Amino acid sequence: MGVIKEFAEALKGLKSLIVGLGITGKEFAKPGVTVHYPRKVVADKDLVTYRGHIELVGSKNDPAMPPCITCLMCQSVCPSGCIKIIKHPPPKKDPAADKNAPPEAYASGLEPKTKAAPPAKEKPVKTPKGFILDYNYCSLCGLCVQSCPVDSLRFSTEFYIADPSKKAFVYDLMARLKAQAGTATAKEKE
Amino acid sequence: MSVFPKGDFYTRHFQPSGKEETLVVNMGPQHPSTHGVLRIIVELDGEYILRCEPVLGYVHRMHEKMGENRSWVQYWPNTGRVDYLHALAWNWAYAGAVEKLAGIEVPERAEYIRVITCELNRVSSHLLWWGAYLLDLGAFTPIMYAFDDREEIMDMLQMPTGSRLTYCYYRFGGVSADLSDEFLKRLSRFIPYLRSRLPMYRDLVTENVILRKRVEDVGHIDEDMCRRYGCTGPVVRGAGVAYDVRKAEPYSVYDRFDFRIPTYPEADAFARYMVRMDEIEESLKIIEQAIATIPDGPYLSKSAPKPKWSAPKGEACFAVEGARGKITYYVASDGGRTPYRVKLRSPSYCNLSCFAEAAKGVILADAVSILGSLDLVIPEIDR
Ligand code: SF4
Ligand code: SF4
Repeated sequence: MGVIKEFAEALKGLKSLIVGLGITGKEFAKPGVTVHYPRKVVADKDLVTYRGHIELVGSKNDPAMPPCITCLMCQSVCPSGCIKIIKHPPPKKDPAADKNAPPEAYASGLEPKTKAAPPAKEKPVKTPKGFILDYNYCSLCGLCVQSCPVDSLRFSTEFYIADPSKKAFVYDLMARLKAQAGTATAKEKE
Repeated sequence: MSVFPKGDFYTRHFQPSGKEETLVVNMGPQHPSTHGVLRIIVELDGEYILRCEPVLGYVHRMHEKMGENRSWVQYWPNTGRVDYLHALAWNWAYAGAVEKLAGIEVPERAEYIRVITCELNRVSSHLLWWGAYLLDLGAFTPIMYAFDDREEIMDMLQMPTGSRLTYCYYRFGGVSADLSDEFLKRLSRFIPYLRSRLPMYRDLVTENVILRKRVEDVGHIDEDMCRRYGCTGPVVRGAGVAYDVRKAEPYSVYDRFDFRIPTYPEADAFARYMVRMDEIEESLKIIEQAIATIPDGPYLSKSAPKPKWSAPKGEACFAVEGARGKITYYVASDGGRTPYRVKLRSPSYCNLSCFAEAAKGVILADAVSILGSLDLVIPEIDR
């Protein structure tokens, strides 16, 4: 009896192997699903929902300027401290004297270093002077995009990025927006 | 004796068995079967393991301490990086704990969205485990089948969450983006598709005689052992105990769905394997029911906290069922800007701790099978 059982088991095992091999064979004949990257790229429609690094959105009137009001919300909520916003210096009483003063730097801390608006008659410029993103540390959590009160931020679909240097990932988002606006208008002209 | 003592702290503490004929070797920290940086010191007598000891901490990232130096909202990205394979369960546990502490209401639609995405994530986690486990056992091709299906899940989860692995999708009082109709349509197409693939998985691997020989009757972790070490998830269900947080202490809207908790009494690696395979089916069932009954409404509560929000004084604890077992977040607040304490209970840690006992006296190749059957995610163990 023992021998028969052994044989039956071996046959069953053999059958299982053949069934498995059949599946492998079928799969072998199917077309591949891999996107062979440098020759082919992922279709744009698959990237619509992809969260790349953040970028500024152009405002309605001026696509080269973001609607950002430099409230510094995004800078202070960012867990990785990778957003740095440079404000326009507040208008001075005597602009000529302070012409060469360096722009105020804001340390990226948890607390926004906002100051009370200066009691000047001139309206302070609200749009940022510079908007620097250090993508090296970004964890793509989306908190900055979500907390912006004027929807000035969005995710780009940029993901073909690779560089041997860390410096390449420090983006000047204002310049990026300007470049985007430039290409958009150029396209319109064509 | 040289000036420098031999080995490191762990090996020196492991050494003094004094037996001549045995060999002490390190498995890891870089070993294909540990899927991460886990090191196991093994004392071998020939091919047999006399005793072994896991050494942890190679990817310790201080998630608990990090919680204490960032605001409540800023802790979000951390939650997705504890267990990268079932990130949404960790998202959920943190959301649940803080919502409990602060009494934040979650809209019904958001609860359904959480169920759908979390279960989908569980399926993808089990699929990856399936492929990786077979990879450990020496079968290379199955992971390709698993990745084919998992790719579809990741593409789908990318639609609402924006990322493919370390999700940071849930928010206090809901989720950060709504599910689109396209997502729901694609998902309802995907469920029958994956269901039709499961028999293929069974024929290809589960019935395979070579796999059976490697997993059946290997690595017994019975109920008593689970109790002593605090094992949860598929490990305890593989020991015949129907313990699942989704049923034991139903959170969210899980009590509205009809699903079964698969258990297998054999308590071996094959039982744990089968539990996970059945769980894929059960998860699909839950998703199907959730899609059919998902209500309309907001996906984020109106009273959802603003970025600068901090929780009121108090403490709260919230448990969810992850792909690997019971995930618990404990948060304590003293009313300050940052949490006073964040404590994470990770299931892999408890599941790993029974490995030393389960692997005693087995062949080294079987130890790999046992380790794989525990479905460990090393970053989760180290946190
Ligand atoms: S996505 Fe998160 S980490 Fe990245 S810049 Fe925004 S807030 Fe910072
Ligand atoms: S981008 Fe938005 S959140 Fe950031 S400073 Fe500008 S307005 Fe504020």
